[in-house]
Amino acid sequence: MKFIEDIFNKQRHHFEKGGKLEKLYPLFEAKETFLFTPAQRTASGCHVRDAIDTKRLMSTVIVALIPTLLFGIYNVGYQYFKAAGQDPEFVSCMAVGLRYVVPIVIVSYAVGGVWELLFAVVRKHEINEGFLVTGLLFPLTLPPTIPLWQVAVGISFGVVIGKEVFGGTGMNVFNPALVARAFLFFAYPAQISGDRVWTVVGDNVVDGFSGATPLLVASSHEMTNVVDALHQFGQHAGFADFTMMNMFIGLIPGSIGETSALAGIIGAAILIITGVGSWTIMAAVCIGALTMSLIMNVVAGSEASFLALPPLYHFVAGGFVFGTVYMATDPVSASATPAGKWIYGFFIGVITIIIRTANPAYPEGMMLAILFMNAFAPLIDYIVVRQHMSWRLNRGQA
Amino acid sequence: MGTYKLKKGFTIPLEGTTDAEVLQADSSPVVAVRPDVFRGIKPKLLVKEGDSVKRGAALFCSKSNPDHIFTSPASGIVKAIERGKKRVIKHILIERGVADEHVDFTSYSAGQLNTLARATVKEQMSRSGAYAYFRQRPFDHVADPTITPRDIFVSTFDSAPLGPDLSQILAGHEADFQAGIDVASRLTDGKVHLSLDGDGSRNGKAFPKANNAVTHTFSGRHPAGCVGVQIHHIAPIKSRKDVVWYATVQNIISLGRLFLTGQLSADVVVGVAGSAATRRTYFRTTAGAAVASIVGDHVNAKTVRVISGNVLTGSNVGREGYVGPYDSHVTVIPESTGPEFIGWMLPGFSKPSYFRTFASPFLSMLNPKKTYAQDTKLNGGVRAFVATGCYDDVLPMRVYPLFLCKSILAGDIEEMEGLGIYEVTEEEVALCEYICPSKMEIQNIIRQGLDMIEKEG
Repeated sequence: MKFIEDIFNKQRHHFEKGGKLEKLYPLFEAKETFLFTPAQRTASGCHVRDAIDTKRLMSTVIVALIPTLLFGIYNVGYQYFKAAGQDPEFVSCMAVGLRYVVPIVIVSYAVGGVWELLFAVVRKHEINEGFLVTGLLFPLTLPPTIPLWQVAVGISFGVVIGKEVFGGTGMNVFNPALVARAFLFFAYPAQISGDRVWTVVGDNVVDGFSGATPLLVASSHEMTNVVDALHQFGQHAGFADFTMMNMFIGLIPGSIGETSALAGIIGAAILIITGVGSWTIMAAVCIGALTMSLIMNVVAGSEASFLALPPLYHFVAGGFVFGTVYMATDPVSASATPAGKWIYGFFIGVITIIIRTANPAYPEGMMLAILFMNAFAPLIDYIVVRQHMSWRLNRGQA
Repeated sequence: MGTYKLKKGFTIPLEGTTDAEVLQADSSPVVAVRPDVFRGIKPKLLVKEGDSVKRGAALFCSKSNPDHIFTSPASGIVKAIERGKKRVIKHILIERGVADEHVDFTSYSAGQLNTLARATVKEQMSRSGAYAYFRQRPFDHVADPTITPRDIFVSTFDSAPLGPDLSQILAGHEADFQAGIDVASRLTDGKVHLSLDGDGSRNGKAFPKANNAVTHTFSGRHPAGCVGVQIHHIAPIKSRKDVVWYATVQNIISLGRLFLTGQLSADVVVGVAGSAATRRTYFRTTAGAAVASIVGDHVNAKTVRVISGNVLTGSNVGREGYVGPYDSHVTVIPESTGPEFIGWMLPGFSKPSYFRTFASPFLSMLNPKKTYAQDTKLNGGVRAFVATGCYDDVLPMRVYPLFLCKSILAGDIEEMEGLGIYEVTEEEVALCEYICPSKMEIQNIIRQGLDMIEKEG
């Protein structure tokens, strides 16, 4: 690989101070450190450093997202053929899925990447690898039918308003990918909510087709029992069968990456085993959601009510697993203290269920719950740290 | 007497431990005293180049307290006084003469030490420069003779990566060690706390039997052997005025010898470790000896880094450098020589890491004895803090390292105090720096905070 190294060394002077492309140094740095782990030596403090760096950290998250991405691609195709009343074959499912998902991912990376570079050049810092994750997380939260210009507008908003105005990676209060999605959700609700957008449909659609998600069905059905409503919905329309198994595997309509609890759990396993994602937060979200949905079950009154939906259905429906595993655990926007992580996660779970069941306008609450708790994370940490300080002040005096 | 089991921490599986054998080192014709190592004082020279000095004679004193002197570990001629940036004195080099002359101090029998008056002890320490054997917390300064420390702490095991087995250093000097403990106990109204290795693998025979000290056992990975961590668990530092002293095992042995023989002893044992050193044993040598006299040409790489101390907190002294007064070993590791093609994407079978994103931690699970030769590569670019809980996982103290760093970067002194800055120094947070994915210089940040608070607090 000597010759590549030589190319970089030959071109370096253009990008260094005084070179004609000096301003593009962050781009050069990004490319160079992508290809080579630099020879840079430790200068002070520790003489040896862990092999980990932010690139490795972020690329581990990408790896953890792969099952979700692949399943998402497959499911877009699967729903397409189901809606047409055809037999979904694996290869053609993937082909249709790729045709819709790949452009969304490319637009997200390209447009977001330009913003990232622009800010790196203006602010004179290196390109932060965190964007690699944001750029993939965001498309996975979108319905496959989203117009590409909205992807571009959304990621721009997410990167600029969600991150850069706070000072860039590490300083942002909210998860940039969720800010981007929330922006689209409120600015262009027609393309990101309701029962039409979750399935890509061709020219042929079976009679009585409905692309509703399980949460939508649960919130607006006319049966006497909410679980029966889910199960029978599939039989009415002739497809999209909301059995527990289908919802767990993810063969249901929804945002590209959110439908499969299974893929999300594989991702969670990768994050927890590598030590990159916080298992505390994931566990806390689940406990919070379990607690709140059991409370809702008790106060539901009627079996038909959305409040009566059993906790397990909440876990496999909507973006619960996706949000828990990939969004809530974002270390920058989550609480940083060990105790704070439990509180932060617990309330994400609680608020998600409240929004889902108690608010008729929003059948899904994961995104809003995480953004809401992102806002509270610094406050939670503040309280935990104050507690710690008063322990420090009072110890030994007892 | 307490037993502490610390769960947090990390032992970096580095290659190159020191063999259990003590050899006689080649004599070091020149020895060095490094005034910059004695933190907290401004040195004022008492000798000039060409002066002849005896072992135990004063070389320099503290500018603010002329009674606080620092003495020569060898007898000979002051060969050179090397200065660095801003004319800071880097080395006082002493060329050893043929005759070994020494300054006479008072000698005592072992039985007398327990009944010595504090004033007598202090007088002898003052004259011989033996306060340099002690350092104090907070701030990690050299001990201030005008202070009576609340307690004195000694850690009898070094948990740092490739740290020396202190029982090798103790072997044969048990009586001196006990005498040192006896003397130390005269210096405080509190206790001398001796921390032993709870895992038992590195215990010297004499350590558990020491009299005049309270013994504690600590088990767990690094930094369980760091004295700051032990102080935190035994009797924490609660404020700036709450001053404790600590000393290394070698320092205590030297102190004991001073009182038993009436001479300042410069005989020390120094270990050589590290994957780039090929002759890794313990050496009997002189304090401040040239590393060349113990490492020599026994290295296996073209460019190596010679560190006085361990890979986390030691100082890069180079092959021409000298062993520091508080270091009981020298670590030699290969320097990073070239970039590594797509290094961050490789599976990493040979890269030690705290994170299990590389294959090596899994290999270590299969074979806990597996070790790796690590060079001085930074292993990534410097980035913004991407806060994760990892820092807390390697610091077995009730301290929030991330928030402490942020309060220092923000210059918020009240917050630093509230978060317990007096309890930490570079040593305790060194592992946080090692594992930091953003390659932050956490040790520097902590020192910045300590300097800031010392000046303004």
